[in-house]
Amino acid sequence: MSETHAQTVTFVRDTMLPPVAPPVGERGAVKWLRENLFSTPLNIALTVLGVVAIWWLVSSSLPWWLNSVWNASSLGECRQIVAANAGEGATGACWAMIRERWHQFLFGFYPPSQWWRPILAFGLLFGALAPVLFAGQKRSLTVLLGAVLVFLLITLYLAGAPGVPFALAIALVLGMLALAQMQPGRLLWFTLIYPALCFWLLWGGSVWSPIVAMAGFGVLYAVFRLASPMIGLAPAAGVGIVVAVLWWLYAEGPVVSVVQGVLPFALQSINSDQFGGFLLAIVIGVTGIAFSLPIGILLALGRQSDMLIVKTLSVGFIEFIRGVPLITLLFTASLLLQYFLPPGTNFDIILRVIILVTFFAAAYLAEVIRGGLAALPRGQYEAADALGLDYWRAQRLIILPQALKVSIPAIVSTFIGLFKDTTLVAFVGLMDPLKGVTQIVRADINWKGIYWEPYIFVGVIFFVICFGMSRYSMYLERKLKTDHR
Amino acid sequence: MAMATDVPKDGFRLSMLIYDTRYRSYTIQLVVLVLFALAVAWLLNNTVQNLAARGKEFNYAFLWQRAGYDIGQQLIPYTNDSTHFRALLVGLINTLVVAFLGCIFATILGVVVGVLRLSNNWLVSRLMTIYVETFRNVPLLLWILLSYVILSEVTPLPRDFRVTDEMEAAGEAPNASMILFDTVAVTNRGTNIPSPLFERGLGTLDLGFMTLNLTFWAVVAVIAGSVFVNRRILASARAAQAATGLRPVTWWKSILVLFAPVIALLVAMGFHLEIPELKGFNFAGGILVAHSFTALLIALTLYTAAFIAEIVRAGIQAISRGQSEAAFALGLRPNRTMSLIILPQALRVIIPPLISQYLNLTKNTSLGIAVSYLDLRGTLGGITLNQTGRELECMLLMMLIYLTISLSISTVMNLYNKSVQLKAR
Repeated sequence: MSETHAQTVTFVRDTMLPPVAPPVGERGAVKWLRENLFSTPLNIALTVLGVVAIWWLVSSSLPWWLNSVWNASSLGECRQIVAANAGEGATGACWAMIRERWHQFLFGFYPPSQWWRPILAFGLLFGALAPVLFAGQKRSLTVLLGAVLVFLLITLYLAGAPGVPFALAIALVLGMLALAQMQPGRLLWFTLIYPALCFWLLWGGSVWSPIVAMAGFGVLYAVFRLASPMIGLAPAAGVGIVVAVLWWLYAEGPVVSVVQGVLPFALQSINSDQFGGFLLAIVIGVTGIAFSLPIGILLALGRQSDMLIVKTLSVGFIEFIRGVPLITLLFTASLLLQYFLPPGTNFDIILRVIILVTFFAAAYLAEVIRGGLAALPRGQYEAADALGLDYWRAQRLIILPQALKVSIPAIVSTFIGLFKDTTLVAFVGLMDPLKGVTQIVRADINWKGIYWEPYIFVGVIFFVICFGMSRYSMYLERKLKTDHR
Repeated sequence: MAMATDVPKDGFRLSMLIYDTRYRSYTIQLVVLVLFALAVAWLLNNTVQNLAARGKEFNYAFLWQRAGYDIGQQLIPYTNDSTHFRALLVGLINTLVVAFLGCIFATILGVVVGVLRLSNNWLVSRLMTIYVETFRNVPLLLWILLSYVILSEVTPLPRDFRVTDEMEAAGEAPNASMILFDTVAVTNRGTNIPSPLFERGLGTLDLGFMTLNLTFWAVVAVIAGSVFVNRRILASARAAQAATGLRPVTWWKSILVLFAPVIALLVAMGFHLEIPELKGFNFAGGILVAHSFTALLIALTLYTAAFIAEIVRAGIQAISRGQSEAAFALGLRPNRTMSLIILPQALRVIIPPLISQYLNLTKNTSLGIAVSYLDLRGTLGGITLNQTGRELECMLLMMLIYLTISLSISTVMNLYNKSVQLKAR
């Protein structure tokens, strides 16, 4: 047929027919339904079951949501209003309880005139977190700090904050916004002083005790810088720590009382038993998260170490903590520490709980980070050695950045677990939002017999925080992803 | 050619303990060891001083004193005249029962949800995602408290089950009725389930320190024997298949061996169910399962199943598509592909995190204290501790027991894990 050319044939198609639309069953919604809901008999059955489940859920709870009551003074009144509006036998949510008691869920028994302090601390928390969460990203930093500014403006006004701290707080955030435009790296300084600021805002008392306590770190650094040229890095660090501990133990009290006598400047001090609700959960959760990560890293390195004693101690600590329930550790904090500490020592129950929660989370983090360390190829360690890096430099520059990146999802789920576990402090007599506050509300004669509303309220707040954390971890994972898969 | 030279043998100087990497690790370890020993000595010294100051001494003699409190759920005989040690055992058994049942139910639910979350069905996979995210992001304590409150406040009173003569005459139904063919009654006091009874039971055997329920152990022994014989049958079938290529039919033998002896034994002992009945103001007969147990079990199951579902999903997704495609290319049907190709490989990924979920569930049973479930934490670490005032002894013993449970679970599961791991030569 090689002599048959196009020109010689009698007919050649030079225009294509317009394409016909696919059959009805193969396009649009019908196709989607067929593929996603009704592809096989099993799928059809599952779809039917799913629809029935949704129908049952919606039909049994929708009236309850729709008949919600926001203004009432007791559960009985709520029920009367529901019956009057929707007829006898109708069910309705009684959110009036939340309206009346929301402050206990958020602040516990924190004095109402001082609510601006936890609010301010909460707002500034995000200011302190901003440079950590969005390192070097001006846009995200600006958006977050702007949101903090708006939040503080509105909530501080609503909480009736006194003029001076209000103005100072707004000026502080505005200053941080300006700094974020010019030198975002400098924002980390605020992160460093935030713990002392937060402590002072929440517990009150003399402004000088946190400042003098922070000065201990200054003393440490000064001694380290002075001594290191003479006696080397490690001994200088040791001497610095010893001097700082001496400062905290012996110098802090007298210095604070002297300065406080000269410049009396203090906030009303608030006792730990007035803390409660989400204020307590967030204080414990955030402190635990902040301190457990470095301890967890050290424990993981200890467990991977070649030194037998260090390794044994790390393994023993990790396995012990992971082997017992958190409740027993909390009871240790409340019952047993009085045996283990010198007679007469008694320190704050919230602090004791924070210490135990931190150790608990650190043991779990150590295992997670160990997984990340083990996942690194051997060559990375050898390459670091070949470059002549010493142990800490190799860990800081080569090993840990990669190991931590691999373990981000697991680290964040440990954090989420820690935050959820803060509810267990109810068992040592603290007022967590779930058991502590809800129990108080449900014991009130006006709200006796209410159960869905407080649990839904508390559950939704927990969900938002935990879900937010897990979304952030996914964002971070995407951002740090450098491989091409 | 470069010659390797020996390291010059200098005399040992003290500064080498810090600057020479050969000796530095010894220095560090020595310092750590001394610090650790000092810390332990400090703690011990404080403890001794504190105990002396309180006029207490460290001993466990209180375990043999009369406990004097009642425990609602007791699977071994216990009265308030029993010792604290007996109460500890009851609590330990309660802990283990919830943990065991919780692990089983959570695994079943978790596997189903994990597989459904991967299904092609858009609706079902979305529903399962909502379930998983809801339960994972809300504290377990909330689920425990909520299920307990719902169970004890929404369920009907026992008297709602009553059918009075007037109601019968008018043909009205009572306000509440029993479920599952009129055998189970859920009231605000608990769940009444039928109890197994034997007309000609084997009685009990008194061993002095404990009594054995012979009926129960006879049934266990027969079931164990049946399973053993069934395994022999399957092994001989495999041997026959290996020798001749033809697998003998075994399903009817298996069914016969597995079920016939137990049924025969039960019939011989006159097995029947005692169904709870409304007598007066309460249900009598059967077993009353407290709501604290049910609520704890439900909450633990739903919460842990959400985590297990994620583990199962990750495990199945970790198997590359090529594996199932290769299986289909070999002509294996989908269910054979699942059981022969996907699952054995996925199990390797699934089991290690599953172990830690089981451990978490076991440790989380200690939250039963929120609904007054008297587990180990409630008896030894709760009432016994408060009655005797021996915080140190009770807490240490309790931690030791929890540690033992955790370590045994992880040992057993790690053995299983080893048996399914890739056998690398």
